[in-house]
Amino acid sequence: MTANYAIETYDLKRIYKIRGPKRKDDPAERVALGGVSLQVARGGLFGLLGPNGAGKTTLIKILSTLLLPSSGRALVDGLDVTKDVTEIRRRISMVSGGETSGFGLLTVEENLWMFARFYGLENADAKRRIDEMLEVVGIADRRRTKIADLSTGLRQKMNFIRGFISDPDIIFLDEPTLGLDVTAARDVREFVKRWLRQNPDRTILLTTHYMAEADELCDRLAIIDSGKLLVEDTPAGLKKRVQDEAMFVLKVAPLGKPVEGDRIEDVPGVQRLAVTDHDAHVELTMALTGEDALPGVLAHLSRRGAGLVSLEKREPTLEDVFIQLVGRRLTEAAGVEA
Amino acid sequence: MAMMSRIFASPAVRRSPALRSLLSGLWLGWQIETNWANPIVFITYFIARPVASLTILVVMYSVIAQDILGTPFFAYVYLGGALYLLAGQIVVGVSWVVIEDREHYRVAKQIYTAPVNSYAYLLGRGIARFAVSVLSVSITIPLGVLVFRLPVTWSAIDFPLLIVSTLLGLIAMAALGVIIGSYTYQITRQAFSVGDTLNGVFYLLTGAVFPIELLPEVLRPLGYLLPSTYWLELARRALIPQPVAFQAISSLNTETLLAILAGMAVVFAVLSVVVFIWSMRLAKERGVLDVETNY
Repeated sequence: MTANYAIETYDLKRIYKIRGPKRKDDPAERVALGGVSLQVARGGLFGLLGPNGAGKTTLIKILSTLLLPSSGRALVDGLDVTKDVTEIRRRISMVSGGETSGFGLLTVEENLWMFARFYGLENADAKRRIDEMLEVVGIADRRRTKIADLSTGLRQKMNFIRGFISDPDIIFLDEPTLGLDVTAARDVREFVKRWLRQNPDRTILLTTHYMAEADELCDRLAIIDSGKLLVEDTPAGLKKRVQDEAMFVLKVAPLGKPVEGDRIEDVPGVQRLAVTDHDAHVELTMALTGEDALPGVLAHLSRRGAGLVSLEKREPTLEDVFIQLVGRRLTEAAGVEA
Repeated sequence: MAMMSRIFASPAVRRSPALRSLLSGLWLGWQIETNWANPIVFITYFIARPVASLTILVVMYSVIAQDILGTPFFAYVYLGGALYLLAGQIVVGVSWVVIEDREHYRVAKQIYTAPVNSYAYLLGRGIARFAVSVLSVSITIPLGVLVFRLPVTWSAIDFPLLIVSTLLGLIAMAALGVIIGSYTYQITRQAFSVGDTLNGVFYLLTGAVFPIELLPEVLRPLGYLLPSTYWLELARRALIPQPVAFQAISSLNTETLLAILAGMAVVFAVLSVVVFIWSMRLAKERGVLDVETNY
């Protein structure tokens, strides 16, 4: 029997106990997941978007049977992650980004062959898949190179083959392009898209904190922050939520000091504001009720002595959705007073 | 790889995930232990190092006992030191495998999300370490015969006893290794010290270089609980069958020792499965199964 959903979680919680807090008032536990309920339909790519520490990796670890939940329930392909561990492992695979892992002394081919053994692939099948996938990701000429001698990008490509070699029903990609250069990251995204085109009944759960990646790849998307699932929709559906607003990005140098009781957020028409501190300038990303609110913002900046470097109106992005939901950027710069 | 491909293609291996995992671990362990550097480093590590350690032992005893080479006591010390290489490799080797996979190669999450029988995989890795150490021992014992007048003669070796006791010892010591490896899963920092510490403790308690009866009375029971104690003594008796003056646990005859070792193999095997399952669950509860501390 096929389960209705590829992935289901119900009020899933994971709390880490902190051993030996240094001070009395230090917390004794940390909530990584604070009751996540999620249903991922079979087929397609579902994204989990959130900043570092949001709980994305914790969720993936639970779903891939590496970690037990503190409470709640999680099902993968209809199987319980706490009970049906072996059966789940036969159907899933996982690829994490930023990994320097691998038995460095094995060649690419040996490493893949060994993992094919782990998954119980027939010899002929394993060999055929290894050959095919080495060609597809463009590292066929490195098959006899020791893993230790591969660059980070090539190693991640090999890691992708390792993840997909078992032809899993469900695959977890945890920040798969983390630490990769632009070309390697693009190749990885292309690989993922091609695999899904060829295998439309398979499911990918992708975690990322790259907005553009989520926008490009995901059929549906959930935003997670501080262990809570905030919203779930298609990327287009999410962006629709902020389409009524006018989005502006202003670069100012310097930002100047705010006058008491006269902050940018207090300017009429300013809905939300995110501030990012760069070396040479401060970037203000703001959602206004309409374009007519802009003069008020510029007047405010002038009063506080800010120098306007550039001003850009743009279409809403997932980042705007994130700011609307969370009240800050995905990669928020701390300590900048607006 | 071609030979292993043929083995993996056999119906028995295809049907059994445990056997597949054991052989995968064995193959991987062999690759790691024999292929990790270059032949010179390999020879240094697996031959020159044990030979040097044993030579130091020989020199120390020669100085203290004023030329004891060729005596039964020398044979006891030399064989104990040489054979302990095997015991130590498998008893603490599994602990090292846990650390290596988690911290050095960083493949724990790749392995533990695959449909691997983790127990069999670890066992395979441990047995590979044992197998590679056989190379060291097969050099050090003939060296002892040729250079240090070790009284071992090929024709007098009791091979059936040597093989049976080594098989039983391998089961019992590998199981003890898995128990120690299970404990290592729970240690996130300083995990490497588990193997190092226990290796030293077992060397002391197991009667490797002096009879267990010489230990303080309070420590002796610990030695009696270790399968390596019985295997070392049985292997010594197999290599030098004639009764010698310095036998560990001298009050027990060979048959009794074999029976004890067989019992230990069963008990430790069962215990290791129970402890391993419990430890894996605890590691998943605590979130340390794939932890990387960069320690």
